[in-house]
Amino acid sequence: MTAVNLWREHRVLFGRWLARLRREPLAMLALLAQPLVWLVLFGHLFTKMPVPGGNYLRFMTAGAVVMTTFNACLTGGVELLFDRESGFLVRMLAAPASRVSQVTSRFMYLTLITGAQGLVILVAAWIMGVRYAAGIGGIAACLAIGALFGAGITALSVALAFSLRSHSQFFPIVGFASLPLTFASTALVPLAQMPDWMRAVARLNPMTYAIDALRELVMTGWQVAPLLGTVGALLAFDVCCAAVATAAMRNGLR
Amino acid sequence: MTSSADAAVAVSGLTKDFGAARALDGATFDVARGEIFGLLGPNGAGKTTTMRILLTLLKPTAGTAMVAGLDVTADPVAVRERVGWVPQEHAVDPLLTVMENMTFMGGMYHLPPAESRRRAAQLLELAGLARDGGKVARVLSGGTRRKLELAMSLVNVPAVLFLDEPTVGLDIGARRDLWNYVREISRQGTTIVLTTHYLDEADALCDRVAIIDRGRIQATGAPTELKAAYRAASLDEVFLAATGQELAA
Repeated sequence: MTAVNLWREHRVLFGRWLARLRREPLAMLALLAQPLVWLVLFGHLFTKMPVPGGNYLRFMTAGAVVMTTFNACLTGGVELLFDRESGFLVRMLAAPASRVSQVTSRFMYLTLITGAQGLVILVAAWIMGVRYAAGIGGIAACLAIGALFGAGITALSVALAFSLRSHSQFFPIVGFASLPLTFASTALVPLAQMPDWMRAVARLNPMTYAIDALRELVMTGWQVAPLLGTVGALLAFDVCCAAVATAAMRNGLR
Repeated sequence: MTSSADAAVAVSGLTKDFGAARALDGATFDVARGEIFGLLGPNGAGKTTTMRILLTLLKPTAGTAMVAGLDVTADPVAVRERVGWVPQEHAVDPLLTVMENMTFMGGMYHLPPAESRRRAAQLLELAGLARDGGKVARVLSGGTRRKLELAMSLVNVPAVLFLDEPTVGLDIGARRDLWNYVREISRQGTTIVLTTHYLDEADALCDRVAIIDRGRIQATGAPTELKAAYRAASLDEVFLAATGQELAA
């Protein structure tokens, strides 16, 4: 398993995900337009909510970025399930390419896609008047934290893709998990506005960590120590999710 | 017959259990280099299991299998580099173009990009698909799609090519067309192992066949030899006799 071979297989696997997206222009449009819908819809729905800083749109920009990453990554593993169902995955496994590359190429793809979505949101919010306390570097940091959070969610999605028999099981499960996890986070509502039990759940929700770090960067600027703490927590989250995904993959490929 | 040391495929006492069920029960056979070899048998006889073990996708419970001189259990990655496979279905990505499918497979076999494109063009030419490179695979007819799948399985210039029921669902013209393509691949030196339920296909294509039933090899030989040995007019009758099934009178 030399570096050159890994590069060659990732090149075509990653290229395949991009080519598939290119052949589905509607999906591509939805990918870029949906984050804006979040921003506009929720940004106007909750304008009367008391939030730190007083400007709801500024408050929820961070939430919109992380929510979008969350949703894209949570469903992002399903393509591997499609390949399992059709038999194409088995055909690829008969080639010398590493099976891990199937998954890592998917990570690369989703990092690119959610990065682009995040950028669309941040630029759109800027046009709508939101200013970023941490500056241009802060925007890059926002995208990096989003990617760190997205990696763990992608791993969970991959685990699901290798644990289930068909995508008709996948979508109900993902749909069931998605909204409650979003609402039990600080994406749309500050902790102070939540009932006690929900605040307890939100404090354990990794989405909250990612959102709070992004929100700091948007609203107050660089806070290095808490930021590093968040990075550490998200890395730990990623490692746990990767372990789950590895076990599920081993099981599912047997 | 060659000795098993320099055979393209050498299978000895191959056994595979799935839980309590025995799918393969000591199967033994050799495929000589350059042969077109047919693996025939009723559904559930062990054809697919045998093929999956030879492709390193399953580990045998007991016995040995060598492909291109390499042990499939000890050296799976080296075996994968030297074999090609066309599964029964879904060996292409329908959303990619013909050319993209080819170079995708090239990358999965670690070809450098330029080499991959060059070989893809060559193989499409041989398959008669030179002008279809830009077409999205979804729009291809069944026969053309099969030829693309065969071309994709040749990107690594395999020593042994495995074909799983290559002409299922094809009309007569497309079937004859595919046979000629398989013969052309064989002429260029590739050993071919195929499974089929069409015994006329086995008769027309294969140098030798093995009839497998209940996980064991029941008969091996050239179609003409088998017909003579079983005093049968067709391979169908040989098949029924070897698998213990009676012809409806």
